[in-house]
Amino acid sequence: MKLEILFFGITADIAKEKSIQLEIEDENYVEDLRTILYTKYPRLSDYKNFSVAVNMEYATDDVILKNGDAVALIPPVSGG
Amino acid sequence: MSESISIKITSEKLNLQDCYDFVQDASCGGIALFVGTVRNKTQDKEVTLLDFSTYEEMAIKEIEKIATVALRKFDVYKIAIHHAQGKLNIGDIPVIISVSSPHRKAAFNACQYAIDTLKDTVPIWKKEHFADGEVWVNSTP
Repeated sequence: MKLEILFFGITADIAKEKSIQLEIEDENYVEDLRTILYTKYPRLSDYKNFSVAVNMEYATDDVILKNGDAVALIPPVSGG
Repeated sequence: MSESISIKITSEKLNLQDCYDFVQDASCGGIALFVGTVRNKTQDKEVTLLDFSTYEEMAIKEIEKIATVALRKFDVYKIAIHHAQGKLNIGDIPVIISVSSPHRKAAFNACQYAIDTLKDTVPIWKKEHFADGEVWVNSTP
């Protein structure tokens, strides 16, 4: 299946991209995607405290991903 | 969106008067206003500017959740939450929250709830720029 991965804050600096299309196996969870991303972007492993949003809703690691999902990496926010 | 809620994320300068005028009403006995301002130092280190980036669509959704809860949870009439993005200089305004209510206590409480929750959940990030470099706030390995 194909996912759109969106990078923000420190994760965008590490990926050197704002977004990518990523092809992964079906039946993967957010937790699995994290592992895939740590392999693809080793420096991301230093910042594992980021949250994940799937289609603009915060998602825990046990959420299953679907084809076409937009998955955003949300490092600790600092607005205000 | 409810007519009682005004939300904005903008690269333009935020406008205090707009936030005041939106919530002002004859039925209200008070307006609480929180104005965030860019501080000139962080932990004794001099800041030259802040650069705010946002996940704009999701940030608007999250701010809308905050405003909706504030209206439901406190006895308030209207709420405006405006946030800036892009580069801001010292003294500039990254965020304004205004809340009107028949009674002051609800306005204060709702305003505090809104800014505290915004800082916790809304996908907005600031990068602090110093004379000798830059750093994402809250992101250290």
